[in-house]
Amino acid sequence: MSLLAAIDVSKVYRLNRGIFRRRLDLHALDRVSFTLETQRTLAVVGESGCGKSTLARILAMLDQPSNGVVTIDGKSASPTDLKARRSVQMVFQDPYGSLNPRKSVMSILEEPLLIAGISRDERRSAALAMMARVGLRHDQAARYPHMFSGGQRQRIAIARALMLHPRIIIADEPVSALDVSVRAQVLNLLADLQMEFGLSYVFISHDLSVVRYVADEVLVMYLGRIVEQGTRDAIFLTPRHPYTRALLAATPGIRNPGAEAPTPGEPPSPIHPPPGCAFHTRCQHATIICREAMPLLRRVDGREVACHRMEELSR
Amino acid sequence: MSLLEVRNLNVTFASSHGTLHAVDGLDLDIAPGEVLGIVGESGSGKSAAMLALLGLIPPPGHVTADVLRFDGLDLLQMRPRGRRRLIGRDIAMIFQEPMTSLNPCFTIGWQIGETLGVHLGLRRAARRERTIELLRQVGIPAPEERFSAYPHLLSGGMNQRAMIAMAIACNPRLLIADEPTTALDVTIQKQIMTLLFQLQRERGMALILITHDMAVVSDTAERVNVMYAGQVMEQRMTQTLLAKPAHPYTAALLDALPERAAADRRLATIPGVVPGVDDRPTGCLFAPRCRFAFERCAVRPALHHLSEGVVRCHAPLVQ
Repeated sequence: MSLLAAIDVSKVYRLNRGIFRRRLDLHALDRVSFTLETQRTLAVVGESGCGKSTLARILAMLDQPSNGVVTIDGKSASPTDLKARRSVQMVFQDPYGSLNPRKSVMSILEEPLLIAGISRDERRSAALAMMARVGLRHDQAARYPHMFSGGQRQRIAIARALMLHPRIIIADEPVSALDVSVRAQVLNLLADLQMEFGLSYVFISHDLSVVRYVADEVLVMYLGRIVEQGTRDAIFLTPRHPYTRALLAATPGIRNPGAEAPTPGEPPSPIHPPPGCAFHTRCQHATIICREAMPLLRRVDGREVACHRMEELSR
Repeated sequence: MSLLEVRNLNVTFASSHGTLHAVDGLDLDIAPGEVLGIVGESGSGKSAAMLALLGLIPPPGHVTADVLRFDGLDLLQMRPRGRRRLIGRDIAMIFQEPMTSLNPCFTIGWQIGETLGVHLGLRRAARRERTIELLRQVGIPAPEERFSAYPHLLSGGMNQRAMIAMAIACNPRLLIADEPTTALDVTIQKQIMTLLFQLQRERGMALILITHDMAVVSDTAERVNVMYAGQVMEQRMTQTLLAKPAHPYTAALLDALPERAAADRRLATIPGVVPGVDDRPTGCLFAPRCRFAFERCAVRPALHHLSEGVVRCHAPLVQ
């Protein structure tokens, strides 16, 4: 039984566009399924509008799926189940926006325990222990978020997420706001904490060089759907879906001389997704079938791919 | 002869804590048609230096330099009026966030046309024709329709293309691109970079590319300038710098890149944080975080000349 599983999760947002215009449905997520085991890291990659943040909100139970279920230990996760809720915590992208500027580090870290009804002394010692664990000094406990650098603030955010000893951390672009030299520190911290507390991560990122470093499994999304899903090596060494290949080719890298032509066009609007394969408008391999029929995820050498032409293309 | 020559550029801000150095003694040369990368983390002074070149540092900021010469013209002696005639025509800049650098109240076409009107004196009809031509050159589909679109109607990538159109409108000889793709998605980033370098080659423009991402300069710039806390740490040819960094900071920065690390191994980190403008060490700026630091590092090092390029270190990693 998997620690965390999503089964056919869909999310539709109903757009109210004023009184005179028809209401529209925005399919932010369309039948997304995956499983996550203990102490593993699942990375979700994709460009803006692909639904990765919607997925994060649903997994953290901040939002309800329109269809499908999320299970933790095989039990359907309901937002009223406090135990399930506590086992999933979130770390947000922007450490400047996600910490309350009027609260000291101590009160930020104490707050989750306060809600759990733990005594003041225990709260204090737990908060101090966690500060030490993420690399903050005890004498910094009374300071406010603005007195810290971006990397230190992200440490506070990580400490806050760990206060209730969750088993799953949903990290939404946790290092993309940080400088290179500080980013490495935070990535190492996340790796250490994973070992120490037996954490599982859902790591949402647009930065493939970071994903390649942290992920065990990778989920590539485009316009609310999974286009390719597999182990890190499958995705990075032998990508099958044209979109995964386009993403890899577009990532600047010291190993990647960048000779290939860029993928043309932009992701279509999720309000009016194209028929058939959502990527066909930008795919150089698209044929008639891609324009008409939506490809389903199929299992091919150790990963799942949603592409009509993957057999021909992988030759 | 250099197109742009900068010697000992300083940007300072007077404050109650004393004088803050945003840029500290920057030297820079760029030849016509050359691509120079400037890499640095936040607070390294890379953007402040470029704004100083354009005269865009507002008071209380103060800009001084020994030499600041563009194409033989002394920018220091120049009156503001003459400088304004130069900026936007011969030197143009592309800013980081297209959504906030375009004016939301005017159409794309109007904003590009404004440059053409001010610098080239084109009349309305000629402006329109030239603007549509520019929009086509930067790959905006249906340029006649986009001409009258407001920035909020276009995507981030399209807005950045419009910014590029504006920057190249008067055929500048030097284009400064300040993190032109940071706010964009990966596949769009690639499109914009490809476009930028295609235009650079076609027009023989010199290009200064400012970025925090070593990977971006690795396959585009001929020379790189690595900045840290307002100073140049190392300036060398890109490929030799990547293969054998001379400054411990450059070496540490390259080691901290996840794509360089073998998976499942710990990343090399640089301890501590980048010093702010008000808490810089008196000696070498990088010494508190440097694993090679020794007694002499308490004295601020000068630039040492290497076989090619320069490095600011008492004990560079290559000679």
